[in-house]
Amino acid sequence: MKQCWNAALAAGALALSVSAQAAPPTPEMISFSCAGCHGTNGGSAGLSMPSLASQSKTAIIDAMKKFKSGERPSTVMGRLAKGYTDADFEAMGNFFSRQKFHPTAQAVDKAKVAKGSDLQEANCSRCHLDDGKDGKDDTPVMASQWLTYLQMQMDLYQSGKRKMPEKMAEKVKPLSKEDLDALLHFYASVNK
Amino acid sequence: MTLDRRNFIKILGSASGVALAGCAGAPSISSGSAGEIMAKTGRRVVVIGGGYGGSIAAKYVRMLDSSIEVVMVERNKQFISCPFSNFYIAGITSDMNALTINYDKLAANHGIKMVYAEVSAIDPAAKTVVTSAGTLTYDRLIVSPGIDFRTEEIEGYNAQTPDIFPHAWKAGAQSTLLRNQLQSMKDGGTVIMSMPLTPYRCPPGPYERSCLIAHYLKQHKPKSKLILLDANPDVVSKKPLFTKAWSTYYKDNFQYIGAKKVTQVNVAGKSVSIEGVEDFKGDVINLIPPQRAANIVVAAGLVGDDKKWCPVDAVSFQSTKHPGIHVIGDATALPSEGPPMPKSGYSANAQAKVCAQNVVNLMNGKEPVEFSGINVCYSALNEHESVSVANVYAVKGGKIISVPNSGGISPADFSQTKAEHVYAASWLRNILTEMST
Ligand SMILES: Cc1cc2nc3c(=O)[nH]c(=O)nc-3n(C[C@H](O)[C@H](O)[C@H](O)COP(=O)(O)OP(=O)(O)OC[C@H]3O[C@@H](n4cnc5c(N)ncnc54)[C@H](O)[C@@H]3O)c2cc1C
Ligand code: HEC
Ligand code: HEC
Repeated sequence: MKQCWNAALAAGALALSVSAQAAPPTPEMISFSCAGCHGTNGGSAGLSMPSLASQSKTAIIDAMKKFKSGERPSTVMGRLAKGYTDADFEAMGNFFSRQKFHPTAQAVDKAKVAKGSDLQEANCSRCHLDDGKDGKDDTPVMASQWLTYLQMQMDLYQSGKRKMPEKMAEKVKPLSKEDLDALLHFYASVNK
Repeated sequence: MTLDRRNFIKILGSASGVALAGCAGAPSISSGSAGEIMAKTGRRVVVIGGGYGGSIAAKYVRMLDSSIEVVMVERNKQFISCPFSNFYIAGITSDMNALTINYDKLAANHGIKMVYAEVSAIDPAAKTVVTSAGTLTYDRLIVSPGIDFRTEEIEGYNAQTPDIFPHAWKAGAQSTLLRNQLQSMKDGGTVIMSMPLTPYRCPPGPYERSCLIAHYLKQHKPKSKLILLDANPDVVSKKPLFTKAWSTYYKDNFQYIGAKKVTQVNVAGKSVSIEGVEDFKGDVINLIPPQRAANIVVAAGLVGDDKKWCPVDAVSFQSTKHPGIHVIGDATALPSEGPPMPKSGYSANAQAKVCAQNVVNLMNGKEPVEFSGINVCYSALNEHESVSVANVYAVKGGKIISVPNSGGISPADFSQTKAEHVYAASWLRNILTEMST
């Protein structure tokens, strides 16, 4: 394509419209448009839109596929995801997973953070690695994620609208509402 | 159209390609014309307007190629967002702080040079912009100036009319005026809203405003009513959602009437007239006049045969009137197939990024990249419920299309309205942060 473009330039074949010679959208072009809601390069200014920066690539691709199929409930992402192909999802996953971690300074309850910190070790750390900073495979990064978002998603899990991974459900089920809220305060507070 | 070499270079812009800059003889411009604000040393993009489109275009040009100098010209030191101004008008929020940004961090973070001045002329041949602070030379110009009003289509409308019948379609003093009029209106009064034929800025905006004003009246002036006069024959945006909201929440104090185009105002008599056959009297009249691209682009000859909107290329947003000038945001007439991208803040944001990418590519002699963009508009129905319209856009055969089988409006059962209300507030915060950092 690059060759064609240069050739077009050289031949002076360029009319006022440049659309005829354009290359397909790059990963950047596809992903820039998400920033109006998720923040520049996926670093959300909050208070509820989730950050995508440094998210695990697989987690993003998985989320987009599930939004598209309707398996994962959403307010708006399902309608948007239907406008993209698997190759686009791959491009988005590549783009956002390469952005640097977006630390947030949120209003969290200190007592809940301390309680959550104790609870996560035994219950969540097997998958949500390194205080939720490390998103491995399909497990999303949770450190510094916006608390309101985490709470809204936990509500969807608890109501059965969003399906929990089985092994996660085993850990989540025995915990009280207060325990879970403490865990979310903890993850939201991790910012280094 | 055959192009000789000089025309060809004119079309591309003198610094459009590294290779071409050489053959064009790279004239030195540093000598500077009288009144030049800052001499151009390297390659320069000038951006006119620091609103939803312009601020993002300036930022992304710098993010994508920091060797290009970017100068942004904006008349105001602070920008006040129209999105969410309806909350303020309806007394749900008490001030406009959350709507107001400045450019200090944006300029510092990205090395954007700010010029706070009024642009009075664009000279496409000389590639200069004339401002109240002096002139600026550019290699490529990006213009995102928003809208002005076609008040000449309303008989009796003069420069003072908006002081009595506010439009509040540009946020700031106008929003405060409408808010104050609503608050000082006696209970039992009638509010008239009048909205123009499409296309106009923010298709769902008048309907959102009608919901929020009706909400205000219901709570604070229960004997009052609101009448929305729509010049369009029917609701043009999110129809099932707004009609449901009106009939569910506001059936006692709100009336929608389609095909009522206001053609005349009677300021002294506090009324508006529809084609001289029917008058509507109001204690408060919110008259939103028909619109066109902002005055500066009309004066610069960037508007099309309709004399209203600026035709552009669907990929680079380059004007089809003047090469080297790109127009984005509300001011554009986009080549479209199917329903066009709405004139919204989100659209302007998305277009700014595509435009920035392609301006950078053109200046570096690289092939342009096709459009991929999103528009989402949230609209509030009251103080705790919102709905949205969302679409993904792409280019097909030189035209912008909404990707088939995607997008659409929120579910009509209102099952998501509370969650969307929460996310909508976060949208505003994110998009304004994007524009100001
Ligand atoms: C009530 C209301 C609610 C809305 N709600 C939403 C919403 O929820 N979501 C959404 O996406 N959109 C919404 N919009 C639409 C949105 O405000 C516009 O689509 C958006 O502002 C367009 O961006 P723009 O860059 O084209 O113009 P603007 O944002 O208006 O920016 C133009 C800038 O150019 C400057 N300028 C113009 N001429 C000159 C000159 N000659 N010299 C110097 N500076 C100049 C102006 O000062 C201004 O800062 C709403 C609009 C209204 C009125
Ligand atoms: C209108 C605002 C909006 C836009 C535009 C938008 N998103 Fe979202 N995104 C949301 C919301 C809201 C959620 C929460 C799910 C829901 O309710 O839709 C979300 C959730 C997500 C998630 C799940 C995050 C997690 O940690 O589980 C991913 C991934 C995502 N979006 C990716 C994208 C990508 C990629 C784009 C651009 C193609 C995009 N979004 C554009 C609003 C938006
Ligand atoms: C067996 C591995 C596993 C365990 C244990 C686990 N999780 Fe998860 N968690 C996941 C995976 C995988 C996802 C993404 C799955 C999906 O798409 O729904 C996820 C998603 C989440 C999300 C949604 C995040 C987002 O961005 O949308 C929350 C909140 C969450 N987990 C909380 C917890 C808590 C709290 C615990 C401990 C009580 C826990 N998880 C234990 C694997 C696990």
